Amino acid sequence: MATHTQRRTMSDRAFDTVNLILLIIITLIIIYPLYFTVIASFSDPYEVVKGHVLILPKGITFEPYTNVFRNDDIWIGYKNSLINTVITVLYNLIVTIPAAYVMSRKGLKGKGILMAYFVFTMYFGGGLIPYYLLVKGLGLLNTRWALIIPAGFSVYNMIIARTFFQSNMPDELYEAAKIDGSSEFGTFFRIALPLSGAIIAVIGLYVAEGTWNAWFNVLLFITEKKLYTLQYVLRAILIQNQEMNIINTGTMTNTDAIASLMRRKYMAEGMKYSIIFIASLPMLIAYPFVQKYFVKGVMIGALKG
Amino acid sequence: MAQATKSSGKGLTARDNKEIAFKKYFRDYWQLYILVLPAVVFIAIFAYEPMYGAQIAFRNYTAKAGIWGSEWVGLEHFKRFLTSSNFWPLIRNTVGISLYSLIAGFPAPIILAFMLNELRSSKLRKTIQMITYAPHFISTVAICGLILLFLQRESGLFNLVRMAFGKEGIDFMIEPKYFKTIYVVSGIWQGLGWGTIIYLAALSGVDTQIVEASIIDGASRIQKIWYIDLPSILPTIVILLILNAGSILNVGGDKILLLQNALNMESSDVISTFVYRLGIQNAQFSYTTAIGLFNSVVNFILLTAVNYVAKKLTGSSLW
Repeated sequence: MATHTQRRTMSDRAFDTVNLILLIIITLIIIYPLYFTVIASFSDPYEVVKGHVLILPKGITFEPYTNVFRNDDIWIGYKNSLINTVITVLYNLIVTIPAAYVMSRKGLKGKGILMAYFVFTMYFGGGLIPYYLLVKGLGLLNTRWALIIPAGFSVYNMIIARTFFQSNMPDELYEAAKIDGSSEFGTFFRIALPLSGAIIAVIGLYVAEGTWNAWFNVLLFITEKKLYTLQYVLRAILIQNQEMNIINTGTMTNTDAIASLMRRKYMAEGMKYSIIFIASLPMLIAYPFVQKYFVKGVMIGALKG
Repeated sequence: MAQATKSSGKGLTARDNKEIAFKKYFRDYWQLYILVLPAVVFIAIFAYEPMYGAQIAFRNYTAKAGIWGSEWVGLEHFKRFLTSSNFWPLIRNTVGISLYSLIAGFPAPIILAFMLNELRSSKLRKTIQMITYAPHFISTVAICGLILLFLQRESGLFNLVRMAFGKEGIDFMIEPKYFKTIYVVSGIWQGLGWGTIIYLAALSGVDTQIVEASIIDGASRIQKIWYIDLPSILPTIVILLILNAGSILNVGGDKILLLQNALNMESSDVISTFVYRLGIQNAQFSYTTAIGLFNSVVNFILLTAVNYVAKKLTGSSLW
């Protein structure tokens, strides 16, 4: 970041002012859709549809939210997403961290070949169909494991973690361990691992975000409703416009029927904003705290990897 | 322990020494290879096996016959694709969306990074950064849900604004001509803040001495950015550009899949969605594998070419 210790000239001040104004405008434009989603989710859906909700919510109601929470599919989705994410993160860390550690070791014989072996797969692959046939051939279709097992390792994450080890494990540490008679396993588990809290957090978060937001693998491999993840349920509701059949209609006359139909239509729309908000909430709450780590990961990986 | 002489009694040859050294190395370090084994096995199964399985692109694969039992047809599927009526529309959409994305979306985070870099208050900068990161963390499904909501003819936010100005509401999602813009603009919205991270990190490495010298020489801020900052981070920019170029045909399959419908298909069908439809839904395995291979090979060639050009022009490259 530039430090301007000299006096600011007129053109400097003009630049700063324009820069600031533009930045504020850009920030507002970026944040407004999210802001709108939140206020719309708490407003009377009729007001939202009519365009009366722009800066402030109108006709505050929690009905969309209560309807969402009565939807079983969403709860199933949440449960599956949670289970899959936890397992996938652990699985990923177990495969990736040791590999990254090994690839960071300077004297490793065959390192060049190993690295080429890994990196080549970043630029070339067999394609979607062979991948699908493989998972099918492994008998994983319609099981939770179809979503978890193929997601166990990414070369990109390994490179980020490798860079971490390269920067944080000085040669003296290895020498000292050797003198103490530590085995390679010992060095890894007792010395390197305790020091790698930060990178474990980064990789863990990357994998968690990826797993939580994934939906295409469900589309590919799963047809049983009880295994659907949250994003897949969302897709059905938000994009395929499947009805959520939990809205009460009660007894009706003809005009009642029309009115209730309209009401259902509005409510369905209002609920979409609530659903989007609920689905994004975990990430939106967590991200200010974890973005520091994400940013670090990007910087380590990109600049040095 | 290593033996000083071999049984022939003639002393150690160079080859003997190498063998002894190798045995010693392996004895000391075999555990490292165990630690990396899970990753190696994983990649063998999930990255290299599909490459092996991709040979069905050259066969008429059926599940019953398996890979080896399916008859060899050589380049027939490739020929079929290249001469099919789908070919040019798919290429046009795929490359079109990709280039549009690149031209509109690649410079945006760079410009924003420059703007943020010039902010005097680091607290303000961090606040703005945090706000602009938010869209990155929202899932693709949620983003597409938002897009569909905002673009609805009667009640979408976008159309409400249009109607406030006396214009009629448009159903944007069913008109092919709007698709690319919708895709690209929403992509920029989601990725703009996040994309600045790398560039800001690179900008923090700019030599402050040169900057101060330029200020003394009377350089304006814009001159400083153009003549000092930009060349400084050019290597980073070039590398990211190369990486982007190498995936030109890989245009975001899953986001497009969410946004496409029967009515905007002529503008929204790209190679990856075509492969999904014909391959998974229609089980035309061999044909779509050939298309996928075609895709991979073209990307690889492009990547190598752009890398070469970048190396010649700017000196920095991926390899």
